[in-house]
Amino acid sequence: MAISDRSEFQPVIPVGPATGDTTAVALPFIEEQRVKQSSLLKDAIYRLLRNKLAVLGLAFILLVLFCAAFANVIAPYGFAEKVPGEFYRTRPNYWFLFGTDNVGRDVFTRIMYGARTSMLVGFGSVAMQLVIGVFIGSVAGYFAGNTDTGLMRVTDLFNTLPPLLIAIIMLAAFGPSVFNIIFAISITSWVTIARLTRGQMLSLRELDYIKASRTAGAGGTYIILRHLLPNTLTPLIVSTTFAIPTAIFSEAFLSFIGIGIRPPNPSWGDMVAEGQQFLRSDPHLAIIPILCVMLTMLAFILLGYGLRDALDPKGNN
Amino acid sequence: MAQEVMEATAKPIEEDAILVVDDIKKHFPIGGFGRHATIKAVDGVSFSVRKGETFGLVGESGCGKTTLGQTVIRLYEPTSGRVMFDGREISRIGGNELRRVRRGLQMIFQDPAASLDPRMTVGSIIAEPLNIIGIGTREERRERVRELLRVVGLNSYFVNRYPHEFSGGQRQRIGIARALAPNPQLIICDEPVSALDVSIQAQVLNLLRDLQREFGLTYLFIAHNLAVVAHISDRVGVMYLGKMMEIGDSKTITENPAHPYTKALISAIPVPSPGLKRNRMVLTGDVPSPANPPSGCPFHTRCPMARPNCAVDVPLLTPRENDHWVACHYA
Repeated sequence: MAISDRSEFQPVIPVGPATGDTTAVALPFIEEQRVKQSSLLKDAIYRLLRNKLAVLGLAFILLVLFCAAFANVIAPYGFAEKVPGEFYRTRPNYWFLFGTDNVGRDVFTRIMYGARTSMLVGFGSVAMQLVIGVFIGSVAGYFAGNTDTGLMRVTDLFNTLPPLLIAIIMLAAFGPSVFNIIFAISITSWVTIARLTRGQMLSLRELDYIKASRTAGAGGTYIILRHLLPNTLTPLIVSTTFAIPTAIFSEAFLSFIGIGIRPPNPSWGDMVAEGQQFLRSDPHLAIIPILCVMLTMLAFILLGYGLRDALDPKGNN
Repeated sequence: MAQEVMEATAKPIEEDAILVVDDIKKHFPIGGFGRHATIKAVDGVSFSVRKGETFGLVGESGCGKTTLGQTVIRLYEPTSGRVMFDGREISRIGGNELRRVRRGLQMIFQDPAASLDPRMTVGSIIAEPLNIIGIGTREERRERVRELLRVVGLNSYFVNRYPHEFSGGQRQRIGIARALAPNPQLIICDEPVSALDVSIQAQVLNLLRDLQREFGLTYLFIAHNLAVVAHISDRVGVMYLGKMMEIGDSKTITENPAHPYTKALISAIPVPSPGLKRNRMVLTGDVPSPANPPSGCPFHTRCPMARPNCAVDVPLLTPRENDHWVACHYA
């Protein structure tokens, strides 16, 4: 049994002439090593593209982003425009892909514009969280000591605030607008990113390669930019990818309870709220936006898992 | 009597040595609110390293030898004491002055997995000291990196590879190449082989010895394995709880140790003859906490020769014949 098994695993090595010239065997090995040189980024992209679920997630996100960016081109009507003719709560059909709602607006159009709102809030709030979180986290983590203690108590304070309650209060106070929603979501969620950055920096700054760098004469700025931030990037990217669906859901929820995006401006959450009145007769009015929120969140989470595995430089090629 | 007093204040220091460590102390504050305790990681250590020699530093984990090494190279600020490198006081300087001095003073770290940035290529890791100091043009630095890889026994086309693609021994060779990059005079080797397989340890030790011959390097070699240290070192210092217990050339330390702690360490080295009957000297108990070290001689709690006054009087390093220094009242 062993003989047939072994023959399958034997690599094909061009053995030199029958004289037993060993250099002829060694050479191809060297050539192969030379070809294997590649950058970390290329390796990571390769690993990501081999993960089918992550690619699926990425493809769906790109589709949503495309719809959001070109909503005004793709959508056949305006988001607040009543379609010509008497079409109220029609089922999805050839002319109205997702049907029409109870005031005669095209649901497909509103989904496209809703994607714009969702992406804006998702990416906008994550960008804001990153700016606050990375700054606070880096300062706390690099300087440690009392700076760290002080900043982390402030962070703890923000962490105790109930996110949705704070968002509701802030929107009630400042009025609903996309920017206010982004702000209301970010004001509590940056805590996660700050903690992550701080933890990474605290553990990394004690590592020997930081000491080696200091031995060579490197200063604080060099170490943060050249060693600390690049090595914090992976968990940050992954964490950011997981923060986006949370923000999208928060926006949908706030709009669903009526204090987020104000009608007739399009939001998937608001569409679910309107559609639920007709859940028995015309379930598609609620189900389609629900599916949109669900699939978008799922896509980001799948991509997040894929990125987490792909960005680990110790991962298998 | 008068001679004894004079000897008691003497220190095992030669002022013309390349590295002089004079009564160096490093205390770490512990606890926060209201508690003001300190860990005396290094508590008054003196020795000097002659140009071209290997000075070995041994001791159990937690005895302060790594802290000592990192204080010498100024990764930590010394609490007190004086470090002279190549005739210059370096324990109080900073900024550009320190940066210039560090060119001559490099370090090899214990864990080769943690001492190489996983996101940098081997080439940029080795070139980092050159880049920071600003030695040569880009092309010269690239050539220097290739040369360094060859010097440490690695193939020069590894420059674009990442650390995780190498074995432990190869990574340690990369660390050695980085330490060699700015052409240092003295390299502090902090447990350079303890993270490696025994079969690889010998290879790396031989490489270090060859490099010493080729470039006239001086080593401060820190390790917990007395057999390894005695093999590579010309002189050995034995540390216990932040204090130097005995200094002597490695032949004296291994064949004729005076301090009971050194004797215990020697007796713990395995011998390659299973039938041999030996009188093992086995220490009982653990190393006391450096936050609350014993009074008097730090070793008296575990010493088989301890007498009552050991708990009171601190023994000083006193010279014997052949440049042999021992800190013990009764040895």
